[in-house]
Amino acid sequence: MTAFSNSPASGFQEIDHTADWAYQVWGKSLAELFTHAAQGLYALVGVELATEPRVVRTIHLTGVDSESLLVAWLNELIHLHESENLGFDQIEILRLDGAALQAEVRGAPTQQWLKDIKAATYHNLVIHSTEKGFEATLVLDV
Amino acid sequence: MQSLDAEGGTMVNKQDFRRINDYLWEIPTSFHPAMNVPVWVFADESLLEDALGDLSITQAVNVAQLPGLVGHVAIMPDVHQGYGMPIGGVMATRAPDGVISPGAVGYDINCGVRVLTSEIEYKAAQSYMNDLASVLYRNCPSGVGGKGSIPLPIEELDKVCRQGAGWALDQGYAFAEDLARTEEFGRLEGAQPENVSKRAKERGKGQLGTLGAGNHFLEVDVIDQVFDPEAAEIMGLQAGCLAVQIHCGSRGFGHQICTDYVHDFQWAVIHYGIHLPDRELVCAPLDSPEGQAYLGAMKAAANYAFANRQALAHHARQSFQEVLGPARGTSHLRQIYDIAHNMAKMEIHRIEGQAIAVCVHRKGATRAFGPGFEGLPPEYRPLGQPVLVPGSMGTESWILLGTEANEELTFGSTCHGAGRVMSRRRAKREVRGDRLRHELEKEGISVRAGSMRGLAEEAPRAYKDVNRVVETVSHAGIAHKVARLKPVAVVKG
Repeated sequence: MTAFSNSPASGFQEIDHTADWAYQVWGKSLAELFTHAAQGLYALVGVELATEPRVVRTIHLTGVDSESLLVAWLNELIHLHESENLGFDQIEILRLDGAALQAEVRGAPTQQWLKDIKAATYHNLVIHSTEKGFEATLVLDV
Repeated sequence: MQSLDAEGGTMVNKQDFRRINDYLWEIPTSFHPAMNVPVWVFADESLLEDALGDLSITQAVNVAQLPGLVGHVAIMPDVHQGYGMPIGGVMATRAPDGVISPGAVGYDINCGVRVLTSEIEYKAAQSYMNDLASVLYRNCPSGVGGKGSIPLPIEELDKVCRQGAGWALDQGYAFAEDLARTEEFGRLEGAQPENVSKRAKERGKGQLGTLGAGNHFLEVDVIDQVFDPEAAEIMGLQAGCLAVQIHCGSRGFGHQICTDYVHDFQWAVIHYGIHLPDRELVCAPLDSPEGQAYLGAMKAAANYAFANRQALAHHARQSFQEVLGPARGTSHLRQIYDIAHNMAKMEIHRIEGQAIAVCVHRKGATRAFGPGFEGLPPEYRPLGQPVLVPGSMGTESWILLGTEANEELTFGSTCHGAGRVMSRRRAKREVRGDRLRHELEKEGISVRAGSMRGLAEEAPRAYKDVNRVVETVSHAGIAHKVARLKPVAVVKG
């Protein structure tokens, strides 16, 4: 069984939002930011994965820019949970540019998913360059 | 010159408002050069200050910058910060060249409320409430991390999309009167399941007949106080008797439709040269292929939600029969009304004396047409449209009626609930779900919940006082009080 850590050292941190869920996410590279965003989503909803069967999925997404790909990426993971009850603990971003994302994700059926997430939103979403890499604040509609 | 807040919106302060009366405040277009229409906030002074405690009003100013708006952006007293458009917002765009915005409808398309009432006296049924809560919890699943109560093959899902509550009637989940007492009679014309992605259908096919989580719930109430006895009698509301509220929407089906179109419209705004203050407000002209495709898909989700609440009403009736039937004999639940509070609708409104066709977006706001509206069943036409306003968990809820006056004030709309004031994160930090459940049970409210953490997030103190919200809409003339309900059993996902 795999559970996801919710500590600030993990590359994300929940922040206040009146009605929905918001979290800040950061990474040394865009690929790491995307990986941390996925791990943050799983930690917030309290995902626990079964030990097996292990599954592998290749994800291809297109978008108008990196922000659009980040939202599409999280929404793909939400969709894979709701349609196939899957979560992923190994994420490899194979390609990420301003128009497309390709990733290989490995995981298993979820044993626990405590919160319904309607969607990841674009609300005021900007991926900022920082001295240490990149950071963004995501709002999830719950 | 305005200052920018940390998230890039324009900060609004109390001195930026023009007070029109005790319950109406205006931000004029002179506040921001990109505003196309003013913002009208319906609130007493205290609720206005609550609204200034988060980004609600900043988000309203962003909405006022969309192209093709008419009149003003109307903000309800239960407003709170959302994403893109605040929850509790109403905007109208001119047809055919104004815009339609999926984000200004929200992810939970046709999230709404249904209220059923009974002739069962609470005093006589009080000892059954714990059993009733357990049976309702079993029969009306949340669907979180699991499947729904009515699995559907894709071709049957398409029928649900086209027929809405009519599909439920064909399946034996409804009475004809239920449909007559539902907004749009439980079915929006022009739904286009062909404009719904396979992904949305995969998400929605296993979720019909489920409540969902978050602020969604099913509640048994007692009719606590009647304010308009004549209207209450026509509506079948008897003080001291049990009623049932169902609050939910289109589940993952609607969420995915909104997700898909918000993503696709990121290209549309580039194509149509639309400048936005927040990308969650993406939109396309109503008469564009993109706008029409979304409208057809949104209607499919709206019809799914009408069918979903109808299926849950059927399960609630079965539960009442199972628990109270043998003891009571008559446990029939009669529908009062079913309303949507996340929807875009093509309507005719009078703007500056002229009747014009507009697309009214209501996000966290309820249509509340006044007396004479032909879309109501004959018994309700002299009264106006029933409006169902759930309070926070453990507090009162209200049944109101629409008014004639709200036509010019709010495009025929009113509030939808209490409105949050505390973040979910803070509520989780400050409230323990198990203690809250214990406190509610001490007050005589049976509680069944899928998650104690989820229960903590919905703690009553995370919300505004619904009675204050209702007093405001009543004084502002945008709704009329009929009856107040008090909870006796709550089922949450």
